[in-house]
Amino acid sequence: MPVLKTIDPLLEEISGPTPSQILRKRVTGHSGLLFGVGVVLLLVIVAILAPVLAPHDPYAQSLANRMVKPVFMGGTWEHPLGTDHLGRDYLSRLIYGARVSLLIGAVAALISGVIGTAMGVAAGYFGGKVDTVVTFLINVRLAMPVVLVALAVVAILGGSLQVVIGVLGLLLWDRFAVVMRASTLQVRRREYVAAAQAIGASTPRVILSEIMPNIANNLIVIVTLEMAHAILLEAALSFLGLGVQPPTPSWGLMVSEGKNMMLFEPWLVLIPGFVLFVLVLAINLMGDGLRDVTAPENRG
Amino acid sequence: MNDMTKPLLSVRGLTLDIPMSNGTLHAVRALDFDLHRGETLCIVGESGSGKSLTSLAVIGLLEKNIRRNATQMNFDGTDLLTASKKQMRALRGNRIAMIFQEPMTSLNPAYTIGDQLIEALRLHKNVSREKARNRAIELLEKVGITAAASRLGQYPHQLSGGLRQRVVIAMALMCEPELIIADEPTTALDVTIQAQILSLLVDLTREMDVAMILITHDLGVVARVADKVGVMYAGELVESGPAADVFGKPLHPYTRGLLRCIPQPGKTERGAALGTIPGIVPSLIGDVKGCAFRTRCPHAVEACRDAIPERGEPPHKFLCVHPDGARAAEGEPA
Amino acid sequence: MLPFILKRLGLAVLVALTVSFISFSLLFLSGDPAAALAGETASGEDIEAVRRLYGFDRPMLVQYGEWLWQAVQGNFGESYYFKLPVQSLIADRLSVTMTLGVCGITFALLTAVPLGVAAAIRPNSIIDRVALFLSVAGQAMPSFWFGLILIVLFAIQLGWLPPSGASSWRHYIMPTIVLGYYAMPAIMRLTRAGMLEVLNSDYIRTARAKGAGEMRVMFKHALRNAIIPVVSLAAVQMGFMLGGSIVVESVFALHGAGYLAWESIARNDLPTVQALILIFSMFYIVFNFLADVLNAWLDPRMRSS
Ligand SMILES: Nc1ncnc2c1ncn2[C@@H]1O[C@H](COP(=O)(O)OP(=O)(O)OP(=O)(O)O)[C@@H](O)[C@H]1O
Ligand code: SF4
Ligand SMILES: [Mg+2]
Repeated sequence: MPVLKTIDPLLEEISGPTPSQILRKRVTGHSGLLFGVGVVLLLVIVAILAPVLAPHDPYAQSLANRMVKPVFMGGTWEHPLGTDHLGRDYLSRLIYGARVSLLIGAVAALISGVIGTAMGVAAGYFGGKVDTVVTFLINVRLAMPVVLVALAVVAILGGSLQVVIGVLGLLLWDRFAVVMRASTLQVRRREYVAAAQAIGASTPRVILSEIMPNIANNLIVIVTLEMAHAILLEAALSFLGLGVQPPTPSWGLMVSEGKNMMLFEPWLVLIPGFVLFVLVLAINLMGDGLRDVTAPENRG
Repeated sequence: MNDMTKPLLSVRGLTLDIPMSNGTLHAVRALDFDLHRGETLCIVGESGSGKSLTSLAVIGLLEKNIRRNATQMNFDGTDLLTASKKQMRALRGNRIAMIFQEPMTSLNPAYTIGDQLIEALRLHKNVSREKARNRAIELLEKVGITAAASRLGQYPHQLSGGLRQRVVIAMALMCEPELIIADEPTTALDVTIQAQILSLLVDLTREMDVAMILITHDLGVVARVADKVGVMYAGELVESGPAADVFGKPLHPYTRGLLRCIPQPGKTERGAALGTIPGIVPSLIGDVKGCAFRTRCPHAVEACRDAIPERGEPPHKFLCVHPDGARAAEGEPA
Repeated sequence: MLPFILKRLGLAVLVALTVSFISFSLLFLSGDPAAALAGETASGEDIEAVRRLYGFDRPMLVQYGEWLWQAVQGNFGESYYFKLPVQSLIADRLSVTMTLGVCGITFALLTAVPLGVAAAIRPNSIIDRVALFLSVAGQAMPSFWFGLILIVLFAIQLGWLPPSGASSWRHYIMPTIVLGYYAMPAIMRLTRAGMLEVLNSDYIRTARAKGAGEMRVMFKHALRNAIIPVVSLAAVQMGFMLGGSIVVESVFALHGAGYLAWESIARNDLPTVQALILIFSMFYIVFNFLADVLNAWLDPRMRSS
């Protein structure tokens, strides 16, 4: 059919790839995103399967086997990453440490996400006084030195996992509020929101079914970035001795404990710090990547 | 005006190619034109026909991805094709000045207009700041800005669009250039001041004996000020020649379409818009063969798909398969 | 511009008041500050005595008012641990932290701005990729770990720099790098984005059409405009950095205000902690205010409006 043949290329031009095809192409073409998602998934699996994967009990001390070197520095496969100053298996502690980091990151981001999103969406949607108050609160929050306040509160309330998570969750909502406020302001001006309001949809309904789906992209990006932020902060608090308390295996704590031995056994510091760095890097790359592939003006 | 026979600017076979993801865009193809000292060449043509690209090609400010080729590009003895970056810089703003379309954004918001005017002079001439300042005041007065001395300390955002474009014109004149390229210098302005600014520009170039390439949509202005006219369509100069000839005896079907009522120099009203012709411009990506106007041309024949010969008696030239262009096809006596 | 400044100033004062209230209330987070202060072995009578001595028996708002009134006059009470006026304790340490902060932001600007400009001039070039890598790595690098690596490398292995202390300018080199690297990614990204945007603008084309050389176009015409938001970001970052110096100071045993904060928190020295939180917040507020003013002053469009 000669007629169809001439039309064919034109049709292709008009229909083009579907949105999901475009998205798939962007995702598979984005090496940072792939790396980020890969590493994060891997560590999540490791954290979940910690009891299966860890070769030893992370708490079991063996004073006879203290500071055994990792296998790549002349150690044995009995302790692939060596042992710490109390003779505990370093690899096992590292694996259990992934649980601490990921749990703190995820839950703190969740808490601050709920707080910040509620504030930001309210400010963007209602504007006026609500907006003034929220903007003011954001300013107040930004003015408070996070590390200092977190340290002080943890010190007063005691350094349990719950306290650290709670404190970080209550402190890290500022970026959610800022971004969600801006996104809501943008979306609110669009026609479909006005249309929904015009047909008499209730405010919660407009927010849930018209606003939220359209700012979800940005929200996911901030969730990842704040998760990385929380993980870094927990590590810093624990490093300063005022976060998660021993003997819990936290990467920041491991760096802190290894610090005293740093002169002779630098790997005690290098290994947990490096794992921490890679996890945070991966989460950040995942967040940046998500932003890139979901950005509407993205050019392939 | 020492040598009337030797052109100030001479361009032959100017071709601009832009690599795109789906092939090469042949944005400008085989352009020829000459401009003598003190002459005004008006280039007309619809949006996207390559007018701005042509002017940027002359001054050497094309974006890096655009490939420029030509058999000749000569400015008063300087070969623009082989000129070094330094030579081009010495020409730009000094002997060839450019006025862009957007007065609102073409001045740097961080500096006073005095700074920017003085810089234009001192980049090329070894004069004191004081002298440059005086020259700036003199030119601001010339472009009709009152209280010129006090304006020097103002920032662009403090001036209206019309005033800014006057400043831009003054800036272009700072070094007494021999050629000014003005790319739609008034399109972004209020209709009421468009005519003012254009007359100002034209009067000044006449007075100072500066040659000008004026890109405009305003056929009334073209009819009034042009010595020469070039009509561009889809990257080609489809018709060019002395203004009286092109207006009096348009030969290319596209030119005819533009001038639905053929204006006479001095008779056509200012602000008369280009006539619109139905149809779409073909894609210039990939191999471009034949006459690009054939999708819209009322006189198109089979032969329009092949190479099109250049016709006419120089200096009035046009591109068409019909020996007498639209005249013969429309049954008029040649 | 004056109304703008006054408005900002009013906001800054309001924020400062709120922050001061929050940092004061921290004291009551533990439930009974008198019990905490008296220690775990104290009897009920001891606790009562402490409560009266420190005035904890009065309503909280009264205590806050009194504390604020004293704080405004530069009087932050007595350190529980050192038994010295808090303000003299802090004054000693503040110069170390300020030195570190100034060095840190200078280092960040001197590396991030040129990198951002170079990256914007040639997007996707090697320099752009290196700059991107440095900023991505910088955002993921735990600063305490980075500090320790530098110590292992430059103090222990190579022996070029002292590992800790604050007795000479050489002691400040590694802390400066660590603290500066914290502010670098944001500054670099903003410089790059700003330059890219400015380089696409019409006035850059005008500058080239005038015959200006590339250097002049980049630095006089483009950077001058792109740097405006960077300057205010740097001021804001400076406020953040001072608050974040606690980690760096503890890694390098640099006895500044951050180090004091760390010690005081560990020792439950609440008056000192309260004062430090307030002071670090004030730094942020002041720098944020300065950023606004600087921004308005650098941008002619705002200066004259
Ligand atoms: N940097 C570029 N990259 C790709 N295509 C370009 C570029 N610059 C111009 N073009 C294309 O080249 C063609 C000619 O552009 P040009 O700006 O010269 O048109 P014009 O005649 O000045 O139109 P107008 O009257 O709208 O100013 C257009 O199709 C345009 O899309
Ligand atoms: S060549 Fe053919 S299509 Fe082109 S203008 Fe002449 S008649 Fe029309
Ligand atoms: Mg144009």
